[in-house]
Amino acid sequence: MRGRPLLYTSYRADMALLNTPAKRVSLGLLVLLGLALPFLLQDSTLNLLAMGCVAAIGAIGLGLVTGYAGQVSLGHAFFFGIGAYTSALVSGETGVRTMGLGVPNLLVWLPAAGLVALLFGVLVAPLATRLRGLYLAIVTLGLVFIGQHVFGEWGSLTGGTGVGRAPARLELFGYDVAATDSMGTREQKSFWLMFSLLIVFALAARNLARSKVGRAFTAIRDRDIAAGVIGVNLSRYKTIAFAVSSFYAGCAGALLYPLVGFIEPGTFSLLLSVQYIAMVLIGGAGTISGAIAGAFFITLLPSLTRGLQPLVPFISTSPTELPNIFQVETILYGVLVIGFLIFEPRGLFGIWIRVRTYWKTWPFSY
Amino acid sequence: MSPILQFEDVHLAFAGVKAIAGVSFEVGEKELFAVIGPNGAGKTSIFNVLSGVYKPQSGRVRFLDNDITGLKPHRIAAMGMARTFQNVELFANLTVLDNLMLGRHHHLRYGSLAAIAWLGRARREEIEGRRRVEEIVDFLELEQWRKQSVGLLPYGVRKRVELGRALAMEPKLLLLDEPVAGMNLEETEDMARYILDIRDELHLPMILVEHDMGLVMDLADRVMVVDFGQTIATGLPAEIQHDPEVIRAYLGVTQ
Repeated sequence: MRGRPLLYTSYRADMALLNTPAKRVSLGLLVLLGLALPFLLQDSTLNLLAMGCVAAIGAIGLGLVTGYAGQVSLGHAFFFGIGAYTSALVSGETGVRTMGLGVPNLLVWLPAAGLVALLFGVLVAPLATRLRGLYLAIVTLGLVFIGQHVFGEWGSLTGGTGVGRAPARLELFGYDVAATDSMGTREQKSFWLMFSLLIVFALAARNLARSKVGRAFTAIRDRDIAAGVIGVNLSRYKTIAFAVSSFYAGCAGALLYPLVGFIEPGTFSLLLSVQYIAMVLIGGAGTISGAIAGAFFITLLPSLTRGLQPLVPFISTSPTELPNIFQVETILYGVLVIGFLIFEPRGLFGIWIRVRTYWKTWPFSY
Repeated sequence: MSPILQFEDVHLAFAGVKAIAGVSFEVGEKELFAVIGPNGAGKTSIFNVLSGVYKPQSGRVRFLDNDITGLKPHRIAAMGMARTFQNVELFANLTVLDNLMLGRHHHLRYGSLAAIAWLGRARREEIEGRRRVEEIVDFLELEQWRKQSVGLLPYGVRKRVELGRALAMEPKLLLLDEPVAGMNLEETEDMARYILDIRDELHLPMILVEHDMGLVMDLADRVMVVDFGQTIATGLPAEIQHDPEVIRAYLGVTQ
């Protein structure tokens, strides 16, 4: 079929994930660029990008339950925390202050973190099958407060408020990923690891989204009564949505803190949940690539505002003076969410669609 | 010949408002059964009881010799009852193909883990589902809109897509709630032809709720007239047209 790349002669080719040459080429280039980044960037930037990859995994998870299935969850921070502590518990050694099981292999603690979070997600799901909209949001908000209390008080697991504990160790079958050696620096290797994991998680989510499960999610979001009447088991699919989403959150929680260096119980607050909601909304609800874009956007935003400081000299870098960059950051954050909701509710993904449509139909405007 | 569907003395009330007050009817194999009546007579409520959206206070619904009273909608759907809605209830953000594929939801048997891997069974079933869906696309002449979001389509086409979604379920009984409401003459004629084709080619029994009397009288095998939640008359279209009770319900009485 040379010369006619958009002619499909089988349903299989038409339904393929990358069904146009443009998609295949651009994704290939993107992956190559990602793999090459550790040779191009400084270690501090790489660490930030690795955090972006992990945040993207978490945002994809929230995107599945909130963007696809339409169940607004403010409880993402709770599942995040469950994942972080499960991984730390499995990976760490029992010490003076905190307990551990001493299995540092990533292939053990990562699934464990995801599965424990999934279990909690399934426990919460019955609420989601009975409540919706604002009521569900409030109930999931309650989870965050319960989680914060438990994480703060359970000293032998979490190290307690203000102290924290060591996170899981990035170790694969005895090989320490987080140590600089002949293969590369700590940051280079952890970026490669997180980038590869992001590809795996994103591909899995994309496959789920285009299957009957993803269609059922969208059906529940758009019209739940009609979804039931055409044969979608509402409670079953809401449960699946929460389970998968919590699994993703748990894995992201487990992977993020090895990059940060320590886990402090106070981080699993409402602010973290809101941050993930912002990632999904700014990126574009109901799309996987949007969630990834939103996650990188929000992760890189603080360093962008800090980069702006030399250009705007009247803004101080010291938190004691007014106005300072930390205030600008918080304000910018709010302005962005409001701006996107008003001007482009489809988020970054929507902007991309507009650009694409413009060039597809060029030189005509329709 | 045993009836496909038996609706036995069903009562449904919402806090004092009697939506259905003891309606009974049967639908036979291959029969096109029409339900008519003035606005608010309880026609759509009957459909909602049939498809499990409302649970009646008393009475029984039997479908293919099973008691389906009070079952969840998705269980009834899986048994082979499909319906369309009065105000098109499509999933506006999905493409025509995805909407039709959703109709095949309970025919796809693979699980969530298979979906994540997208190998073997999941892919095979999706491709087979697509093939079946394309037959419906062909039948309803939806080719040109295949990959468009349903929300962007004209009203008449949306109605057709909704009919397609119901057909994709491969039902044993089809419920059509005002299939030509708000359509112009040409669209109405098209829809009438599709309904006749469904009857002739697929031999599907259907229940039709419709205000377009011309359509009802031309298509239906039997007609039931309801008013204020009660049956006024059931019979052949020709009989119904001259039934004094029916005329009174529609036109009122002269003193």
